[in-house]
Amino acid sequence: MSGFITIALLLLVFIIIYQVAKASEYASVIRGEEKVKAQTNRTMAWLLVIFFVLGLYGIYKCHIALVDKLLPVAASEQGAAYDSMFNVTLIVTGIVFFLTQTLLFWFAFRYQSTEKRTSFYFPHNNKLELLWTTVPAIAMAILVAIGLKNWMNFTSPAPQNAMVVEIVGKQFNWLVRYPGADGVLGKRDFRKIDDANNVLGLDWKEKENKDDIIAQNGELHLVVNKPVKLLIGSRDVIHDVGLPHFRMKMDAVPGILTTMWFTPRYTTAEMKKITGNDNFVYEISCDQMCGKGHYSMRGTVIVQTQAEYDAWMMTQKSYYSTVNGADAAPAAPAAKTDSVKAISMK
Amino acid sequence: MSNEATIHGHDGAHDTHSAEGHHGHEHHEQHFIWKYIFSQDHKVISKQFLVTGIIWAVIGAFFSLVFRLQLGFPDSTFPWMEKILGEWAKGGKLTPEFYYALITMHGTILVFFVLTAGLSGTFANFLIPLQVGARDMASPFMNMLSYWFFFASSILMFISLFVQTGPASGGWTSYPPLSALKEASLGSGIGMDLWIMSMALFVVSSLLGGLNYISTVLNMRTKGMTMTRLPLTVWALFFTAVLGVLSFPVLFSGFILLIFDRNFGTSFYLSEIFVNGKALPHIGGSAILYQHLFWFLGHPEVYIIMLPGMGMASEVISVNSRKPIFGYLAMVVSLISISLLAFLVWAHHMFVTGMSPFLGSIFVLLTLLIAVPSAVKVFNWLTTIWKGNLRFNPPMMFAIGFVSLFISGGLTGIFLGNSALDIHLHDTYFVIAHFHIVMGVSAFFGMFAGIYHWFPKMFGRFMNNTLGYIHFFITIAGAYLIFWPMHYEGLAGMPRRYYDYSAWESFKQFTELNAFISIVAAVVFFAQFIFIINFFVSIWRGRKVTSMNPWGATTLEWTTPIRPGHGNWEGEIPEVHRWAYDYKDDGHGGDFIPQTVPLKPGEQDGH
Repeated sequence: MSGFITIALLLLVFIIIYQVAKASEYASVIRGEEKVKAQTNRTMAWLLVIFFVLGLYGIYKCHIALVDKLLPVAASEQGAAYDSMFNVTLIVTGIVFFLTQTLLFWFAFRYQSTEKRTSFYFPHNNKLELLWTTVPAIAMAILVAIGLKNWMNFTSPAPQNAMVVEIVGKQFNWLVRYPGADGVLGKRDFRKIDDANNVLGLDWKEKENKDDIIAQNGELHLVVNKPVKLLIGSRDVIHDVGLPHFRMKMDAVPGILTTMWFTPRYTTAEMKKITGNDNFVYEISCDQMCGKGHYSMRGTVIVQTQAEYDAWMMTQKSYYSTVNGADAAPAAPAAKTDSVKAISMK
Repeated sequence: MSNEATIHGHDGAHDTHSAEGHHGHEHHEQHFIWKYIFSQDHKVISKQFLVTGIIWAVIGAFFSLVFRLQLGFPDSTFPWMEKILGEWAKGGKLTPEFYYALITMHGTILVFFVLTAGLSGTFANFLIPLQVGARDMASPFMNMLSYWFFFASSILMFISLFVQTGPASGGWTSYPPLSALKEASLGSGIGMDLWIMSMALFVVSSLLGGLNYISTVLNMRTKGMTMTRLPLTVWALFFTAVLGVLSFPVLFSGFILLIFDRNFGTSFYLSEIFVNGKALPHIGGSAILYQHLFWFLGHPEVYIIMLPGMGMASEVISVNSRKPIFGYLAMVVSLISISLLAFLVWAHHMFVTGMSPFLGSIFVLLTLLIAVPSAVKVFNWLTTIWKGNLRFNPPMMFAIGFVSLFISGGLTGIFLGNSALDIHLHDTYFVIAHFHIVMGVSAFFGMFAGIYHWFPKMFGRFMNNTLGYIHFFITIAGAYLIFWPMHYEGLAGMPRRYYDYSAWESFKQFTELNAFISIVAAVVFFAQFIFIINFFVSIWRGRKVTSMNPWGATTLEWTTPIRPGHGNWEGEIPEVHRWAYDYKDDGHGGDFIPQTVPLKPGEQDGH
């Protein structure tokens, strides 16, 4: 019932608006159409200017209101380069934005139709065309050059001393695998996957697998100032490892291995201080639509000092020993984990 | 029968059979069904596309309203939703499955059904024959089929909204494996089958239409109408059709492979998948292959949506500035270069799929190249209004809004096209803001400019100006209020296609902003009814057009009778003597010279 009333009311509002508008049409005929047209033209020219001015004010207010909610300082070395490139692009596009929008609304106001005005017949001018072909082309060339330099850096092979961690997406959480004491991630096979005792399908015939550690809570532990190379995979559909604080992102595609590397600059604790937020946490967001639980596919990154990381690693048990009982192969990663070699998955 | 008219529609036919020339005007006796339903008159088909497009636009926009309520007010319940959505909104709260179905349908409907079929279907059909001086399309019958394939496609898509497992819910891009595996998502069941079938019919419709538009522009121009005398609308619609004809078949092939993977056990896109507790037999496919095939259409599709707006804005701005479009040839060349580049940039949607970084860098270069012809167009529009004599009627307002939005949305493309910056922005709200401004709202503004401008030609009546102005200001202010702040959300890394952000430390701070955006979106949605009421009421009640050329335009469509019948011109098709933008002193106190007026002795043609 209330639904009907709402719809009826809405309809009524539209009918009233329509009737008023229609009345103004008749009124204009009575008052002399040419006069009304000229009047309307002036009003619209003013309204466009008012819209432009209010728009600029709105941009300013929006910036003031939201600038604090942007991400804090980039947490990776790559992110710092990212931010500076972003600023250059913002300045270039910002200048063009304000220049062209101002011209658009200024010309609209300045050259509004009047009794006396006749338009200036100006069909073409090759010098002008040349000007606004070459200037944007040069600006773009500069932006492309900066962009490709960074792109090459971001996608270059990871340094030799990088630690290697595998992260695998599934509907709807992240599985993280560390190589354990031998520093090697063993082979896995999707046909061996069993949600009860082998979430990643590790091949137990491979001894490299027996000391591998799997975190199923979506926590990725990293060491500050130490490059990390992520081996990214997926068990089912396409996911995406999104790391907004590190300005990094890479798809997780079933059947295809993807990688990315970066160097964290701040530990989680340092970041809490920088942001003044005790609840601060680096988050891994799934950035490729993966089904009904896409929005809840959350992981976290915990960046620690080497000592903290080693202490944490000491407490971890190998996945093999977890699923096969305590009496199985010894798990304790005796070796210092910082000696983990950068060996990609076999 | 309309076949008679069809015969006379062919250029030259009316010369050879001039004795029968009057048969073309007898079809007011046609049966209603042949005149208005299975019509072969390009003007009626164009109206069919337009009205179908409007209906879809309301449905698609309503879906966005429903999911915006979820995004803006994730903790509230809306009992009315349960009434219309039933199980999908139990207790008045949208389920995640249906949320994803809604965003998928919103994208599919707006991109394909409204801004492709509704936009070029309407204006290519309406304007090409009228502006090149033809009595109808090259093949009016194929043209009719084009609409009815679109209609069938619409019916299938509409049915898919009501199946038990819900419509397709893998995003409008429908990436496999998600879209290929029934086990991975509810919407990948029968809903996805219907989606693919509907889209296949849509491709057929688009090809039938596109081939017609191309052959009409190339073969059926009236005497004197050289290619360089064509109005920019026709150029733009011509390249739109070329883009569609060359890219839709690739999408179609992508869909065929998807159908095979879904139903016949092939592994084109599938490899090493463990889903729903079991490992699937597929090995060796590539999920990325689909993305290449999809975006090979998907990117040109963006220009299929943009170009008609560009053409119509050029025309409307020139007419209402009482001034020739500045740099006509540069405008045509920029259309050509945009169309060429459109085929060479598709992989910029795939920078973070793990494809070769070297390949990525080539796509960066080609993508940013598009900024050059786009900049040329913007500066040419600005120079066109410079020193003009501007009339701010509703079409002109929307054309100016089009330019403003095209600038705003185009500039953010420079961020996204640069792979190094795309890494962080990819699949965030920055992307949502970018493409909604540039190919959503801006394309809509081009379409509105076109509708307000050519409504008198379509129906012999005017739309109401006051309502047009209200519609304009609410829509442009609303569009900026909705999408401008989304750039900030995207910069904060807020991912798109999330049902709820409240569990995320990095994104939950935007709760209030999301509520604000949703409220504005609702206002803008309801404001569109001002346009819809204006449109439909004006068809029967609008102020009557009393002169053949109410806007004082130079182009051929304004030389037809106020309500042209099938065949467009009574008697001979007029001959063209000059370019389409001769807005100058005609020597008798007028400020324009129609294309049909012969050049004066010693006068140079145009540009």
